[in-house]
Amino acid sequence: MFRRQPETAATLSILVDGKPIPARAGESVAAALLAAGLSAFRRSPVSGVPRGPYCLMGACYDCLVTIDGQPGRQACQVPVASGMRIETKP
Amino acid sequence: MSETAELAVVGAGPAGLAAAALAAGFGLDVALIDEQPGPGGQIYRGIETSPHAPGTVLGEDYWYGARPVRAFRRSRVRYLPSTAAWSLDRERELGLLHAGQARTLAAKRVILATGAIERPIPIPGWSLPGVMTAGGAQILLKTAGMVPHSGTVLAGSGPLLWLLAWQIGRAGGKLDAILDTTPKSNWRRAWPHLPAFAVSPYALKGLRLRLAVGRRFRVVSGVVALAAEGQERIEAVRWQGADGSEGRLAVDTLLLHQGVVPETNLAMAAGVPHRWEETRLCFEPVLDAYGDTEVPGIAIAGDGGGILGAWAAEETGRLAAVAAIRALRPDAAEALRPVEARARRALAHVERGRAFLDALFRPAERFRIPEGETLACRCEEIAAGRVIEAASMATGPNQLKAYLRCGMGPCQGRMCGLTVTELMAKARGVSPAAVGHYRIRPPVKPLTVAELAGLPPDPVGEGAVNRD
Amino acid sequence: MGDCDVAVIGGGLVGGAVAFGLARLGRRVALLDEGDLAYRAARGNFALIWAQSKGLGLPEYGAWTARSAAAWPAFAAALHEVSGIDPGLHQPGGFHLLLGEGEYLRRGELLARLHNQPGMPEGGYRMVGREELAKLLPDIGPDVVGASYGPRDGQCNSLRLFRALHLALGRLGGAYLPAHGVQALRFRGGSFEIEASGRTIGAGQVVLAAGLGNAKLAPLVGLEAPVRPQRGQIVVTRRTARFLDHPTTTIRQTDEGGVMLGDSVEEAGFDNAVTLGPISAIARRAVRIFPRLGALPIARSWAALRVMSPDGFPIYQQSATCPGAFLATCHSGVTLAAAHALHLAPAIAAGRLPPELAVFGAERFHVSAAA
Ligand SMILES: Cc1cc2nc3c(=O)[nH]c(=O)nc-3n(C[C@H](O)[C@@H](O)[C@H](O)COP(=O)(O)OP(=O)(O)OC[C@H]3O[C@@H](n4cnc5c(N)ncnc54)[C@H](O)[C@@H]3O)c2cc1C
Ligand SMILES: Cc1cc2nc3c(=O)[nH]c(=O)nc-3n(C[C@H](O)[C@H](O)[C@H](O)COP(=O)(O)OP(=O)(O)OC[C@H]3O[C@@H](n4cnc5c(N)ncnc54)[C@H](O)[C@@H]3O)c2cc1C
Ligand code: FES
Repeated sequence: MFRRQPETAATLSILVDGKPIPARAGESVAAALLAAGLSAFRRSPVSGVPRGPYCLMGACYDCLVTIDGQPGRQACQVPVASGMRIETKP
Repeated sequence: MSETAELAVVGAGPAGLAAAALAAGFGLDVALIDEQPGPGGQIYRGIETSPHAPGTVLGEDYWYGARPVRAFRRSRVRYLPSTAAWSLDRERELGLLHAGQARTLAAKRVILATGAIERPIPIPGWSLPGVMTAGGAQILLKTAGMVPHSGTVLAGSGPLLWLLAWQIGRAGGKLDAILDTTPKSNWRRAWPHLPAFAVSPYALKGLRLRLAVGRRFRVVSGVVALAAEGQERIEAVRWQGADGSEGRLAVDTLLLHQGVVPETNLAMAAGVPHRWEETRLCFEPVLDAYGDTEVPGIAIAGDGGGILGAWAAEETGRLAAVAAIRALRPDAAEALRPVEARARRALAHVERGRAFLDALFRPAERFRIPEGETLACRCEEIAAGRVIEAASMATGPNQLKAYLRCGMGPCQGRMCGLTVTELMAKARGVSPAAVGHYRIRPPVKPLTVAELAGLPPDPVGEGAVNRD
Repeated sequence: MGDCDVAVIGGGLVGGAVAFGLARLGRRVALLDEGDLAYRAARGNFALIWAQSKGLGLPEYGAWTARSAAAWPAFAAALHEVSGIDPGLHQPGGFHLLLGEGEYLRRGELLARLHNQPGMPEGGYRMVGREELAKLLPDIGPDVVGASYGPRDGQCNSLRLFRALHLALGRLGGAYLPAHGVQALRFRGGSFEIEASGRTIGAGQVVLAAGLGNAKLAPLVGLEAPVRPQRGQIVVTRRTARFLDHPTTTIRQTDEGGVMLGDSVEEAGFDNAVTLGPISAIARRAVRIFPRLGALPIARSWAALRVMSPDGFPIYQQSATCPGAFLATCHSGVTLAAAHALHLAPAIAAGRLPPELAVFGAERFHVSAAA
């Protein structure tokens, strides 16, 4: 499990599947979800098994979530913004 | 009408920053494109926004990055952050995407400084949630101040593995174990390069780091097999030592690493020829002494041209810029001479010791070439066994892709390309060079249909599509 | 492996289908193909089985296409049985979607002219207005005014078709030989000698199905194939929930869930690079037809080369000077795969092409040149 260091407290909040979770300006959506203890973000479109972020640098495409209504976005490449709505399929 | 630049540089890591700043200093109209919101690339990621106090946690090599970033900030480079380059053709037209808006940019010269990605580590269970790369964990540390604090194992091989462990330790994080997969036999091959390494800038640092990590965390060396176990996510990591010993730890996070390889997708999409490099076990672009490729006007600098590390990246960035400036400003040839000489000297200095690192950290075949049910292609869920079975019939990786769909998913082969080439080579008893690699096509970065549709129409394109 | 009854040169869909058809008849077949990076339309096509618009100027082609479309279910079943791979045939009838009244009128005129030709099979198409269309394809955008409908039209999974053909050949005792680009071909003493990959293969019969490669090979055995490349570009999205139950000429949803958007027609020589002008035009047309496509992420794009004859019709020919040598080429090798396996292959096995294929001989190009 990952933990934020104390000096890097969250500063804003995003909605993940309807529930608010804290996030820090400058970090990615994937980081915020991982900090909240979520590691499975989606289901594979082939067999339906759960998947989550692997590379965090935009290469693996296993962190895909719906962001503000747009499906298939890379959570690790999109910076969080206050009030952002995220949908996962854990 | 396409936007234009004299020089377009893709990637704002050490190579791209140095290239762009130097070229702008000689009066070139330079555009610097990077999909990240800020400069720094992989090594100096988040350096302008890092939650860590300068000089702490991440170490002096990270904070050194403030210097090239400052130099770049002072230059007259047209900086295009949060902009992905999703296409490049032989005429040096780039397809860009920023904030949902696609556009093109035509340049007289292009320098690709797209850096590296982590080599895939296809072990059983590597697609389970909770299994991540070490580089990924480092990104969380650099940009979000996040550290593992329980239930985490770091496994694999390579300098970056030890760097991350050291950084996690400094940040007050916890690793339950470090499983070192470096094959003991690599020492034999690395040995002859030891004298050069000993006097290289990496030796002392590396040694200190390794000792510090060993004092802080449990290190299991000589690991010859690894597997992630779990149903819906990782629950445990299991390993085997060279002596036959076995271990298992319950974890919720497994961090994997076995070196980095060039990120070649954009260069390959532009038709730049690549060749198999047998010591570093990857495809590298064919480059001349300035990083110029066989495609006129397109050069490659930094780790995208072959892994040499961040210091070398700065120098190869400068050399690529030298060639670009000389081509576009013939009058500058004289002034460039000392610049080039300095860059070559610095490059020679930091290249020392690389051969040792390459030989020592050459990943073992058992961690590169999977078997049976282990996934080779994560996106399309193609097991290694199926690749082997189809390998004898296929003309090569591109036909295999058509047969099995491996490499057809959204990652466009980044996660399976090397594995599939090596699997085919092994199955056929030929070299990976003879097998070749996937043909890469645009878009190499995500783009929606509407975004593509948003490019301005041209008559040729319209005529080729709208017909009765 | 030295000799075979028939050597089929070219492992694309034409060669694959003919080889499968011959092997089913008990012939020992070698299917010779080039390496991984070759001009190979079989790996880059749009996977339509398409009849509604085929045959203007040569109704025999319309009839041959309709015959193949009708034979597809039997062909798919046979192939599935032998190879264990389902080529994914789905033949619910297909649409050509029309944007604006101008397109609708021109399409109607074109198809009327085509289907009024003597010799065209009955019931080949129907024009469909917007209202009726919207019931079948509820996601069409406001610019779509209607469509032409072809009851015989369908689609398959052409990559599985491709693999199934290669696998089936092996199961029937034939051999698919990749990395066997044919360098030389000789007719000697009533049979053929083929040099490929440093070895010589003997064959009683030879079928040239090398796509664009036929142009060079044909003269070696008294045949001709004045074919040229014609580039086509295609865009495919990542998988999405099923929304499209019918194939259309430029948009279809694959059985895996991705949506294919096609396909440009360009004279670009042997350049098979993707270019942004055509693929963005493809995307623009696609979002006008189905606005919901706009939000889908693109998985990739590609360009491949069609194999075009001067008049666009297939060439089937047997050699007058080298008996036993045949040539087959067309630009719709998916559509015609069933006819190639079930009708053309038996004719080749019997040693002569049937009279109804005589119109497809390359001699036709001499006539027009003289005229
Ligand atoms: C995850 C990761 C972490 C690493 N951490 C370290 C470290 O801590 N210390 C170390 O010594 N080495 C590290 N490395 C090795 C790294 O390769 C460095 O040697 C160095 O960063 C290489 O510099 P570069 O300029 O070649 O490329 P990079 O620094 O990798 O910069 C490349 C830049 O290009 C951008 N880019 C790539 N493709 C596109 C595109 N199509 N469109 C727009 N932008 C694009 C990327 O966002 C990135 O910012 C790391 C590598 C990886 C993959
Ligand atoms: C963009 C596009 C879309 C298409 N859409 C459709 C569609 O929807 N429906 C449809 O019916 N058709 C479609 N087609 C056409 C279809 O793909 C082809 O007709 C089909 O692939 C059969 O072509 P072929 O076998 O003649 O040629 P190819 O598939 O090109 O195969 C020729 C083979 O011959 C080999 N070869 C060449 N020279 C030699 C040599 N000297 N020795 C050995 N081997 C050699 C090549 O390597 C290649 O494998 C499309 C084509 C394109 C390009
Ligand atoms: S975690 Fe790999 S692309 Fe986002």
